[in-house]
Amino acid sequence: MQENEKGRRDFMGMALGACAAVGGVGALYAAKRSWDPLPSVAAAGFTEIDVSGAQPNVLNVEKWRGKPIFVLKKTEDMEKDERDVIVGKDRFLIAIGLCTHLGCIPAYKDGEHKFKCACHGGEFDASGHQIFGPPPSPLVIPPFKVNGTKLVLGEEGPEYKKMKDAGLIA
Amino acid sequence: MAHFDENAKPFSNKWLDERIGLNTLMRVLNTEYWIPKNINFLWAMGMVLAATFGILLVSGIFLLMYYKPDANLAFDSINYTIMSEVGYGWLWRHIHGVGASIVFLIIYIHMFTGIYYGSYKRGRELIWLSGMGLFVAFSAEAFSGYMLPWGQMSYWAGMVITELFAGGSLEAVGLVEWIRGDYVPGDAYLTRFFMLHVLLIPLVIIGLIVLHFGTLRLPHVNNQEGEEIDYEEAAKLYKEGNVKESKVIPFSPVFLSKDLFVMGVYFILFFYLVFYHFDFAMDPVNFDPADGLKTPAHIYPEWYFLWSYEILRPFSKDIGLIAFAFAQVVFFLLPFMDRSPNVAPAHKRGLFQIWFWVLLVDMIILTAMGKLPPTDPTFAFVGLVSAVLFLLMWPILIIITKFEKKIEKGA
Repeated sequence: MQENEKGRRDFMGMALGACAAVGGVGALYAAKRSWDPLPSVAAAGFTEIDVSGAQPNVLNVEKWRGKPIFVLKKTEDMEKDERDVIVGKDRFLIAIGLCTHLGCIPAYKDGEHKFKCACHGGEFDASGHQIFGPPPSPLVIPPFKVNGTKLVLGEEGPEYKKMKDAGLIA
Repeated sequence: MAHFDENAKPFSNKWLDERIGLNTLMRVLNTEYWIPKNINFLWAMGMVLAATFGILLVSGIFLLMYYKPDANLAFDSINYTIMSEVGYGWLWRHIHGVGASIVFLIIYIHMFTGIYYGSYKRGRELIWLSGMGLFVAFSAEAFSGYMLPWGQMSYWAGMVITELFAGGSLEAVGLVEWIRGDYVPGDAYLTRFFMLHVLLIPLVIIGLIVLHFGTLRLPHVNNQEGEEIDYEEAAKLYKEGNVKESKVIPFSPVFLSKDLFVMGVYFILFFYLVFYHFDFAMDPVNFDPADGLKTPAHIYPEWYFLWSYEILRPFSKDIGLIAFAFAQVVFFLLPFMDRSPNVAPAHKRGLFQIWFWVLLVDMIILTAMGKLPPTDPTFAFVGLVSAVLFLLMWPILIIITKFEKKIEKGA
């Protein structure tokens, strides 16, 4: 093969390779985007819950973005905690009801004031702190905003931001 | 231009041979693909697996006709439509469920046969690696298939397994949500795992099976003594008619007829399970529809994943994940961790024999412990000890095989 011929073929090979590479990267990006959560799913809106009728030491489970949300009104004699959400005069535990180990839903034992996870034996107290087993961190507090006797989940209110800055949400 | 005989009858042997090299193909893949005589029924497990995969494929095709990949419809399309309306729908479902469980039993037997006889060593590394690739692909196929009935175990197993991709303290929540296509397993999640289960992973499996067979062709299968056979000499003897003196037989029809016998015995057991004991492969918890707000009291995987689940469970989150990841890949490294030059059955390899049985028993204990609820402290401790032992077995393997004495030829 002549020198100029070789150069020409190398150029054609590289041009083809470059075009294929651009197309390949584009296709990979499209594939990645197709796996992304859909906008309708991602925008799954804000959930408003009314806590005025809550009974002390009775766990209510609400649903937000497909996840269970624990709403537990604390009794007077339950220990105060920095993670308590105060609505009116009442103190609440508001937390995503998924064990921080591997995402099972712990069950509330009202006699012991404890959450127990059946999957791997993890336990949390009534403020959501991990007290036994494999969970590495407390139950996560979802973004919330206090609005009278109501809570808006998904929106970051001032109380939530304060907790977040103090590193208390998880 | 090749020569084409104008008198050859269409589709006759000669006509086909001139066009697609039929005779060469038959020779390379069947009549002159030599199999040692010195093997036992454990060497039939490969073809048993291929046949089971075929049965899973056929039963899956019929299930596919009525299954609806939709979070609202999936559960009823199986438990109502397929089970009570479709003629013999129950048969396909029970074959598919039993087959998915039993295929792992045979895979484990196939794997441990390979480990016992050293069939992953010198020249056969790629057989082992492609086989491990198949193990991973079958695991992914089993997991994705387990999502499809959309019962409680489908949902919660899906939740727990996808959560693993958050990488513990790395908290890669974005990656988990990307895999799920949602904050929690939902419709998008179900449809993508449906796609993986019925198309992408089966394609990968078929490709890997072809590769696995391909890697076997030149090194040939191992034999009970790990003997290096002179295939040219043995084949010459066989072709000359000295069938008795030759150390080999052709794959087809001679070896295949033995394979078919073992398969016959296997399928009697298989269909006994399908017709009379299919319930072992059907978890009762999965007959409750998926409910994201109610965790089942005790979440456990199918029996074939229990040993690795039990390696995850007794440790703290991050260490558990690392141990689990290690257990998933460590078998791939076997050909490179076994430093001994001997290709021989375990009972001729001294300490390796003890290592083999300890590993097997340890994995059976891990499997038993993985099924138990996490509440009993004694069993939790047994699980922890077995998990630590499993992790230690691999450095021990390197050491004992490094000092293994070379077995002299003819000894």
